[in-house]
Amino acid sequence: MKREPLLNAAILLGLLLVPLWALWADAPFTITLATKVAILALAGVGLNIALGLGGLVSLGHATFFGIGGYAMGILASHAQSFVPLTEVPFLIEGTKSMPVIWLVAVVFSALAALAIGALSLRTSGVYFIMITLAFGQMFYYFAISWPAYGGEDGLSIYVRNGFPGLNTLDPIQFFAICYAILALVLFLAARLAASPFGLALGAARQNDERVQTVGMDSFRLRLVAFTISGAVTGLAGALFADLNRFVSPTMFSWQMSGEFIIFIILGGIGRLYGPVVGAALFIILEHFLGGLSDYWHIYLGAILLAVVLFARGGLIGALAGREVAHD
Amino acid sequence: MTEPLLRIEGLRKAFGALVACNDVSLDLRPGEIHALIGPNGAGKSTLIKQIAGNMAPDAGRIHLAGRDVTGLSTAARARLGLGRTFQISSLAMEYTVLQNVMLGALGHRGGVMRFLSPVMKDKALLQTARAALERVGLAEAARRRTADLSHGQRRQLEVAVALTLSPRVFLMDEPMAGLGAEGSARLTGFLDQLRQEAPILLVEHDMDAVFALADRISVLVYGAVIATGTADEIRADPAVREAYLGEEDAA
Amino acid sequence: MSTVLLIEQLLNGVQFGLMLFLMAAGLTLIFGVMGIINLAHGSLYMVGAFAAAGVAAATGSFTLALIASLAAAAAAGALVELTVIRRLYARDHLDQVLATFALILIFSEGTRWVFGSFPLFLDVPAALAGPVTLPGGIQYPLYRLFIIVAGLVVAAGLFLLISRTRIGIRIRAGEADREMIAALGVDISRLYTLVFALGAALAGLAGALVGAIQSVQVGMGEPVLILAFVVIVIGGIGSIRGAFVGALLVGLTDTLGRFLLPVIFRAFMDPSAATSAGSALASMLIYILMAAVLVARPTGLFGKA
Repeated sequence: MKREPLLNAAILLGLLLVPLWALWADAPFTITLATKVAILALAGVGLNIALGLGGLVSLGHATFFGIGGYAMGILASHAQSFVPLTEVPFLIEGTKSMPVIWLVAVVFSALAALAIGALSLRTSGVYFIMITLAFGQMFYYFAISWPAYGGEDGLSIYVRNGFPGLNTLDPIQFFAICYAILALVLFLAARLAASPFGLALGAARQNDERVQTVGMDSFRLRLVAFTISGAVTGLAGALFADLNRFVSPTMFSWQMSGEFIIFIILGGIGRLYGPVVGAALFIILEHFLGGLSDYWHIYLGAILLAVVLFARGGLIGALAGREVAHD
Repeated sequence: MTEPLLRIEGLRKAFGALVACNDVSLDLRPGEIHALIGPNGAGKSTLIKQIAGNMAPDAGRIHLAGRDVTGLSTAARARLGLGRTFQISSLAMEYTVLQNVMLGALGHRGGVMRFLSPVMKDKALLQTARAALERVGLAEAARRRTADLSHGQRRQLEVAVALTLSPRVFLMDEPMAGLGAEGSARLTGFLDQLRQEAPILLVEHDMDAVFALADRISVLVYGAVIATGTADEIRADPAVREAYLGEEDAA
Repeated sequence: MSTVLLIEQLLNGVQFGLMLFLMAAGLTLIFGVMGIINLAHGSLYMVGAFAAAGVAAATGSFTLALIASLAAAAAAGALVELTVIRRLYARDHLDQVLATFALILIFSEGTRWVFGSFPLFLDVPAALAGPVTLPGGIQYPLYRLFIIVAGLVVAAGLFLLISRTRIGIRIRAGEADREMIAALGVDISRLYTLVFALGAALAGLAGALVGAIQSVQVGMGEPVLILAFVVIVIGGIGSIRGAFVGALLVGLTDTLGRFLLPVIFRAFMDPSAATSAGSALASMLIYILMAAVLVARPTGLFGKA
């Protein structure tokens, strides 16, 4: 029964050891891959707050990922061109500071999640899926057709943004930042799941009527969960943009939203560390299958189908047993 | 005479041509068990849904503890003191028994928007939750998964969750259903005492329990209350014999 | 001059809307009868377009190409239902989303593998090429007019099928109460395969018809799929009538928005800013429409409350 915490620790340790090994073996590309895993895992952990805890199947989380990405792209591009964002009503300049960018990314993706959630949570079930997907597409097309920030071509940022006291251009140092954020968010997400809010949200997922009968407003619970979830995925978007030093409308694409859900299911639905395992598995598959065949998505599709139809617990479920830990 | 805690006036609900609830008025006074009986299809479920706030009436008012709650949500009514149990157990099935009662305790106390403190270590909530389990005789099962409970235990848990809300009024939808003779007898004894804490509007098919417990009985037929009175009055009422007990005998 | 242009855009909007209807009708039928959300519906649209392009290239016959699109999409739909969808009826929506998402990956990459990454072109047949003069002297492409007529004919056929035939009665019964029709002795698994194939055929036909005015390429289905979702949210899930009204609303709003918004913005902006602001807003217009419907009627215009 207590295998899952042990497994979680091993997962976190593994994600740390791989880039450390790569540093020793002088394989910087592997460090970049590990960084990508950490960032995508963060996006998945964000989505998992809505999906795993709240049962909200959002097929539009790329929206928040993209907003986080563009928060970075827009602020950094203004900083690199020395043109302020606006001078009215007061001067707002661009910035190359990661903490400031993160803050902006979190605030704006949370606001977007609040607005989209307030509309789409009026419905449930398939309606919710279709509506989140549709709003994601709205942002995608908006990013394509708005020419000020690169339109379809996206935005390139020449130098990675800075973090006080660190050299972010050094792959291992940037990895350390992403890893630390992931670890912190995982810790907070675990606390969230065990908190009064987590208890109520989980109950609302299982039985909406029950939650209302004890006097709780389940719409509010879900809206707050969706907002937190969007904010975390937005933060991941800002980091992802910094990893690539590039943002484009593809960050908003529905495929991106689909991949976040894939991380969760590959790792195991309802598992806090599911998205971490899932993202790692995804990147490994992409790397190795992508090397074997240009058409690796066929294999990914087949694997995903097999997991959904025959192995619902995902990888953590297979390793830690079926029971999800309580309290 | 004391002010009723729950007062329903002229409640009406129609689905197309079918009038499921026809000008229903009834009240619930402190300290009493008011049973609501009626044959299947009489509109009991429709009435309960309207009282609990799952369904808006076409006309009529509902007052809870002196407040008009007709326009309020289920959650708001619960916060004002309506403790409901369901005919078909409505619980968080993946949760443990304790988690389900903790949910009730949390709903009653408030403070659900706390994101980082561990709820299962909250001493005050635990105390309320465990006390409720103790009272219904489920303390032993606290760590079990709700989905693994027997049917009867789920009914007990329903009642326990309602207890954590310290309601002003209980609304119980067939709490005896499927309990078996021994379980029914025990719950009957429990409800008998519970009415001193808060009055109970009891919808029940188990006539032994109804006639043993109820201070007053209302009979619902085709959406309308055809009689309200004590057990003896109801037994003697010709309209009730005709419409309700007559059917039972025939079946 | 401007009126002529406006009428032309109106017709384009209707044409776009009718193609969306073909997609949305299949989706909403499948959801109504089987309770399945099928993300791979866009793949069936793509299968239809590729089948048509392939057969047209091989035989030179547009009629055969259309038949091929119907047959290929229906066959692909039936195959998918028998192998995958069938296992999903008792599952939750998340599993349905994931499994049909996996199908998209398989369909898209499989098509890329067979046909390559370059777009194919499906030519408008000679008999339908060129413009036609409408009353009032409006010149309009004959092929687009053909699509409008074809869309209307299919829509009428679908309404008749649902309301008048034995199959339609079973479909409606299936929407109302799944267990009931099984109890009545209808072979439910055959009905499901049939409905799925029918929805797929509609999508395939739309793919082939649109394929002749756009290019036929991998990934062409998903943007249309998402628009069809918008249509369903607006129209109300499970309602064919809602899908029809929603599709025309979306088609017209999108087409007219793209045409009119830059013009309107030019009244108070400089032309280049008006064009970019107008087109950016136009790209969001149908989603704003969807949001407005959600606020007013969360279950859609024709949805059950």
